[in-house]
Amino acid sequence: MTERAKRAATREAGAGLLSGTTTDCSAYAAGSLLSVEHLSVADVAGILAMTARLERMGAAERARVLVGRTVALLFYESSTRTRTSFELAAKSLGATTTLVSDKSSSIEKGESLKDTGLTLRALGAEAIILRHPSSGAASLLARVTGLPVLNAGDGMHQHPSQALLDLRTILLRLGRNASTVDAKTLDGVTVAITGDILHSRVARSDAMLLPRLGARVVLCGPPELLPEGALGLGTGIEIERDFDRALARADVVMMLRIQKERLAGFDLDLAEFIERYQLNAERLAAIASRVLVMHPGPIIRGLEITGEVADGAQSAIEEQVSQGLAIRRAVLVRALGVKA
Amino acid sequence: MSEMLILNGRLVDPASGTDAPRDVLVRDGRIAAIEVPGGLASVANSLPVEDQIDATGMVVAPGLIDIHVHLREPGQTHKETIATGTAAAAAGGFTTVVAMPNTIPVNDSVKSLRWMLDAARGPVVKLLAMPAATFGSLGSEITDFHELVKAGAVGFTDDGKPVLEDEVMRAALVAAAGLGVPVSQHAEDTRLTSGCCMNAGRVAFRLGLRGMPEEAEARIVERDLRLLREIERVERVRPHLHVQHVSTARALHEIRRAKAAGLHVTCEAAPHHFTLTDEEIGDYDTNAKMNPPLRAEADRHALIEGLLDGTVDCIATDHAPHASHEKEVEFERAANGITGLETALGLALRVLHREHGMPLSRVIALMSAHPASVIRLKERGTLRVGSYADVVVFDPAAEWSFAAGASRSKSRNTPFDGAAMVGRVRATICEGRIVYRASS
Repeated sequence: MTERAKRAATREAGAGLLSGTTTDCSAYAAGSLLSVEHLSVADVAGILAMTARLERMGAAERARVLVGRTVALLFYESSTRTRTSFELAAKSLGATTTLVSDKSSSIEKGESLKDTGLTLRALGAEAIILRHPSSGAASLLARVTGLPVLNAGDGMHQHPSQALLDLRTILLRLGRNASTVDAKTLDGVTVAITGDILHSRVARSDAMLLPRLGARVVLCGPPELLPEGALGLGTGIEIERDFDRALARADVVMMLRIQKERLAGFDLDLAEFIERYQLNAERLAAIASRVLVMHPGPIIRGLEITGEVADGAQSAIEEQVSQGLAIRRAVLVRALGVKA
Repeated sequence: MSEMLILNGRLVDPASGTDAPRDVLVRDGRIAAIEVPGGLASVANSLPVEDQIDATGMVVAPGLIDIHVHLREPGQTHKETIATGTAAAAAGGFTTVVAMPNTIPVNDSVKSLRWMLDAARGPVVKLLAMPAATFGSLGSEITDFHELVKAGAVGFTDDGKPVLEDEVMRAALVAAAGLGVPVSQHAEDTRLTSGCCMNAGRVAFRLGLRGMPEEAEARIVERDLRLLREIERVERVRPHLHVQHVSTARALHEIRRAKAAGLHVTCEAAPHHFTLTDEEIGDYDTNAKMNPPLRAEADRHALIEGLLDGTVDCIATDHAPHASHEKEVEFERAANGITGLETALGLALRVLHREHGMPLSRVIALMSAHPASVIRLKERGTLRVGSYADVVVFDPAAEWSFAAGASRSKSRNTPFDGAAMVGRVRATICEGRIVYRASS
């Protein structure tokens, strides 16, 4: 129990009655996917099972699952993988989709997130997929619309469908059963997440999900991109500043792009970063010839990872993208409360 | 001649060291007599019943004084007006409030100060003001301290932002020292807090929000204390620095050391900072967003310790009303601040008196005599005979839940909706007039 949850419990039992708790998601419509924190291990297992079921279906059968249903994609930030895979996932299930982006809508005229959400709801959207540069935007949208909201990345906070697709990729590539999980599924598996942890919603999502399934997460990066506060993400997480040491222990290495758009004036010595943290063929051959290489994209070839490693035999980067489509079908079905 | 009697109450007046059953006679806006119960029976017999308050079981204390409120008038009257903000003050037991200058336009001239303090604004309680320390609160050129003090200024501040430049702050401290008023500093090195919207640390990391480091507060406090020392040595005057809403253990530590070294520094703490931590933000609750932000548990404890040992001079609310549409937005875009006038006494009594054993008279002192002394306010903050009849009558044992919907403020932005309070105001009297009376 977190301190906050403890205080909440104490307050409810006794004097105080302050609002909310960290894990309280009762304020959100069932089927919302805002943060991996809100998912129980059973929820994760359910999503994996649904993913497998949808994958086994024929295309024609799959195209009937969400027929007549409407989902809106609301994108305040650019995206290739996430937007396309959500859209293709929804369409492959027969749903009607509409895309609203900040560049071509009344958002440019100053319409608030709340009003944009209420407008989409009034137009018949039954769920909203949101990408937004502000942490917490998905929670806000879910609260004010009462609709199931799928968080497709909110600021530096969370990208829960990415964590789920990373999980499925890991399970498949390690030869495990990808249809279910429990608290021990990833016992003995060490995942090294490396690079710009501070600005990464993927790092937060993976680091908060994988340890709950038994994995050990090693965060690796310089203090400017990996503050000690990262340990507050939960248990089963440690910080290792030396990439070679982290790599030597890892079964999986997740490389992250340096998010220049979020550096906020901070000047990073890229040459030094490359020297210390780039995943290149020499490092891989010398230290981790069997490690599974992952990256949520976009990749900056030659910076955090070299082209030959990204394209190499140990890389699961393209598979991650494919699993994105599979996982996003399942979370859409879950959001709309359909039994498939 | 108008008279009022407050009978059978427990009079707690820290300034005169009184804590005993007393009857109080108010005449023409002043405290006219204080007697043991029954001592004013002859007056009682001749005074109509409606002019007598039965304070049996109640505490009768000096009206509370809040030296840090935002009343939003002129310029942002959709959030609050002087009339609604002071009505909230009266409901919270306050009889004097000091308005901050970050109105639109900024209160930085004699003209704007006079407009604000004009009776036409309809203040329900005594309204004072701290005008801006610099023109437009832009931090470059100090305002006309001399003329502003003549027009009623009780101090100077650019609250909401710091006076960042060393030379400007030095000039402000020197000018204020000559006039016997404090410079109130919002201690935040904004060069370290760009884009930040909460406390730095584990919670900020988890939420993916940029955090303000404690250094941002400490650095300005340390700089200002250094200026105090230099000015005392070089200029041979003794400036008064008042540090607003101290929120970190580190800044408080510096203030404690400076006090021990004999510098004239005072500071205030806000109820939310000694009641809540950054965990309260939960799932991006913008009603837990203010500046300075809610800090870590260690900081909260340090504040309580500072309140207990006297390092913290007074409690001030930083009452900062905002409309719902200014809070119902993305966390990092949401306005800073929460309302505080109606929850201050209930939280102070709950947290400081009940949970941490602070004597009732000390809680009252922190909210009346001490803030009066910070701004050198005479004849208020005490119930001595001859003082203004600024009185709060409250039930010290009452336990209740605050309901934001019932607030007198125009705004509802508080994390304390439904929160437990100890001690409930029954009546507030300002200069002999009843300005608030509980309905039941």
